[in-house]
Amino acid sequence: MHPQRKKRLHLILFLVVAVAAAVGLAMYSLSQNINLFQTPTQIANGEVPPGRTIRAGGLVVAGSVERDQEGLGVTFRVTDGAAEVPVYYEGILPDLFREGQGIVALGQVRADGVFVASEVLAKHDENYMPPEVQDALEQAHQDGKKAMMGGDY
Amino acid sequence: MNRILLFVPLVIFLLMGLVFWIGLGKEDKTSLPSPLIGKAFPEFQLGVVEDGRTLTTEDLKGAPVLVNVWATWCPTCKAEHAFLNELAAGGIRIIGINYKDDVAKAQDWLAAFGNPYVYNLSDPDGKLGLELGVYGAPETFLVDSQGIIRDKHIGDLNPQVWARLKPRFEGMK
Amino acid sequence: MGDIALFLPEIGQTALILAFIMAVFQVVVPLVGVGAGRLWLMGYARPFAVGQALFLVISLVMLTLAFLQDDFTVAYVAANSNSLLPVPYKISAVWGAHEGSLLLWVTMLGLWSVAVALLSRSLPLDMVARVLAIMGMVSVGFILFTLETSNPFARTLPTPPVDGADLNPLLQDFGLIVHPPTLYMGYVGLSVAFAFALAALMSGRLDAAWARWSRPWTTAAWIFLTVGIALGSWWAYYELGWGGWWFWDPVENASLMPWLVATALLHSLAVTEKRGMFKSWTVLLAIFAFSLSLLGTFLVRSGVLTSVHAFASDPERGVFILALLGICVGGSLLLYAFKAPTVASVGRYELLSREMFLLLNNLLLVVMALAVLTGTLYPLVYDFMGLGKLSVGAAWFNTMFVPLTVALVALMGVGAATRWKSDSASRLVKLLAIAAVAAVVFAVVATLVGHGDLNGKVLLGLSIAFWLILATLADIWKKSRGELSRIPKLGMSYLGMVLAHVGVAVSIIGVTLVANYSIDKSVRMSPGETATLGPYTFEFTQAGTIEGPNYVSQATRFNVTRDGEFVALLTPEKRRYNARGSIMTEAAIDVSLFRDVYVSMGESLDDGAWGMRLQVKPFMRWVWLGAIFMALGGLLATLDKRYRRRSKN
Repeated sequence: MHPQRKKRLHLILFLVVAVAAAVGLAMYSLSQNINLFQTPTQIANGEVPPGRTIRAGGLVVAGSVERDQEGLGVTFRVTDGAAEVPVYYEGILPDLFREGQGIVALGQVRADGVFVASEVLAKHDENYMPPEVQDALEQAHQDGKKAMMGGDY
Repeated sequence: MNRILLFVPLVIFLLMGLVFWIGLGKEDKTSLPSPLIGKAFPEFQLGVVEDGRTLTTEDLKGAPVLVNVWATWCPTCKAEHAFLNELAAGGIRIIGINYKDDVAKAQDWLAAFGNPYVYNLSDPDGKLGLELGVYGAPETFLVDSQGIIRDKHIGDLNPQVWARLKPRFEGMK
Repeated sequence: MGDIALFLPEIGQTALILAFIMAVFQVVVPLVGVGAGRLWLMGYARPFAVGQALFLVISLVMLTLAFLQDDFTVAYVAANSNSLLPVPYKISAVWGAHEGSLLLWVTMLGLWSVAVALLSRSLPLDMVARVLAIMGMVSVGFILFTLETSNPFARTLPTPPVDGADLNPLLQDFGLIVHPPTLYMGYVGLSVAFAFALAALMSGRLDAAWARWSRPWTTAAWIFLTVGIALGSWWAYYELGWGGWWFWDPVENASLMPWLVATALLHSLAVTEKRGMFKSWTVLLAIFAFSLSLLGTFLVRSGVLTSVHAFASDPERGVFILALLGICVGGSLLLYAFKAPTVASVGRYELLSREMFLLLNNLLLVVMALAVLTGTLYPLVYDFMGLGKLSVGAAWFNTMFVPLTVALVALMGVGAATRWKSDSASRLVKLLAIAAVAAVVFAVVATLVGHGDLNGKVLLGLSIAFWLILATLADIWKKSRGELSRIPKLGMSYLGMVLAHVGVAVSIIGVTLVANYSIDKSVRMSPGETATLGPYTFEFTQAGTIEGPNYVSQATRFNVTRDGEFVALLTPEKRRYNARGSIMTEAAIDVSLFRDVYVSMGESLDDGAWGMRLQVKPFMRWVWLGAIFMALGGLLATLDKRYRRRSKN
């Protein structure tokens, strides 16, 4: 083989290996960095292991928001219509956070079943419902319907 | 060999296009059937915007009715309002749910644009809306004389939509 | 105003239809001319392009007038304006939502076509005809899209509302007056490079002259993209109210992907121009860059991925855009697959050569773009496979970008100093060894002096930034043989590159320091209380209300001091917009070159207390300053003599 060609072949081989390694690392890292969305029903049923970072969302239950006396801690409950989950968050809530509004929060479930949020998102549009929350509501409705009819199982 | 490689970008793009296509189908919110269809209208006990008296689910029953969810902050509601006036003039019974709104504003609105509603239920914290699975105003429910939800429309009512809903409404008892 | 004012929207709509017809002619006539070899038919490309743009501008002006007159019989105006909206926002409301921004998009496409038509005197006529015909095709698709699914002139008759619903308060801001048009100029500008690439495939003629024509156009579009992205980041920083400047939000990603590929394209075009190589690759990059622009439009407008910007989504439009995307990208990739062999490159280069470094640059930039694409689409694919809903965290994008950027910048320093065809390792080591050592030493010293400890990440970030600057300086030193007077003679192209590369280093310094040394604190404060953050003391002096033109805000006042010295008086607000009743946080920021002090209001607590967020962000401005350097560098490069000399011939 022409020495020039051979050099180039080596280079290509090197690049292929490098790219393959990079893709492998990227995919591995991706699997570590995704945040699955879980519904209040799933959390209430204990389907989410404590300590794992997830996204959870639902509607803020009316009358459930309670501020701590000191500091910026706040407790509220979110619902998908079927189950409610208590959420604790410390910090500034977004402008559109209010009772009855759909929110998505990032955080972990504590051993006592409280969802501790590190971030709370409410979208900047009154009519906008986070799609995950909407799905969760639909799902809860469907499950409720099945349970009521009773004959499905 | 090389020539086949040149098609790789095209193939990848086509695969991506397929994913988008499916993604789009999934986003089609209006096609989601409401789980409430065929079920009884949720229980409520709410004040009336016009005169403040309290009504319950029982008051809804008796005759087929359109239940229209609206608010003064909702531009589309303004757009559909004229058509609701028309429907009311044509003898259709419409009941409003004033959703996450202020009673005083709602009264001003009704005075300014006309009132097509038999009465308006005031749902300031959106509780009834939540039970109805409302995503955003306007939404309209077809409720029969027994208080069962028969159909639902998301978005504004207009002649085209009504052409589709009218037979269902007239077929209800 | 008179009666005519009532019909301005109809005039606008008619103009839009006429523009559509013009665009059809702009496609058909020149292509027939090329097919039949008739020069006079090809010559029609230019007047049709001018005509199309003229009608588009008329259309846009009519829409603007409808906004200025508060013509709420126009549905788009009713939905996005209000009689109380201040005039500048009435103008920016024109592109505040989907319909108008699409009209702006096509108008800009028309203007780029005119620019090509007017500045292409040196190009062979058949090339001009092909380029304009291809741009016309894009126009046809998008004007049709506007007319069919998103007509901004649609009326609310017979019952117009008495007042409009107001512009989304998020968009009532200077940043949003300038950010979308700039970004769109970039997106749309890439259509020129795309049209040049397709024209080259169609004619089979792709040589150094071709690269020289398309290079300034690509650079121009790239400048707009750079500035547009920086503006978007700056806007998000001060307007969204929590001090973040990049969120890896799908909409941001949608603008970053074309930028990364356009950057690769710029560098690949350099090889094509200077050495006649990488031809087929350059063409592919040009197709990718514009495709990603369209994809950006698709992602933002269809609601396939929802994000902070989700207010403009609609699946029906998504289907139309997807079809457009399919025809445009699918068609061009098909053409590429069949015709790429006709533009094959000849020539060779050694392992150690400028070509090789530019190849690596391209590879890294494309991998970065692919990483962004993967992270953006992964949730969609996951959902499509029925596995559930998820989101890819910012942490993933950061893990991907940090090593790739480090590799890219490390290579940049050497690549820019390396000779074409082949270079000797010993020459490069001699030239750059000092720069490499000095960079690390400076980084260590700067970290120790500036912060008192050695943070590995900061050290790495500063080292590569200093390395890039020093290597660039070493190269200038060498090329100018140590004489300052020679520097201007090195050529605008070279100096532009230097400035842009220094800009990259400046941005990296900013990103590194702001990411690692920012401090923040959320506290509960009542009037009269003070809080400290780092060396700063924040005194909450008073709270009150401010009446704006279309909002009422609750405001607080903070006296910020450092070691007893006055720093700034800050007035963050919480605005409630009357028309929609929505609430917006207006942060108050004290800006300086080396740090930003950022105060924003949370919610009102009992007894007059407020939740407050206090932040100090070192070197924040450098992130955007670097982008300005890059854009200026691009500008210098487009002013290079050789582009002008060609156009005089």
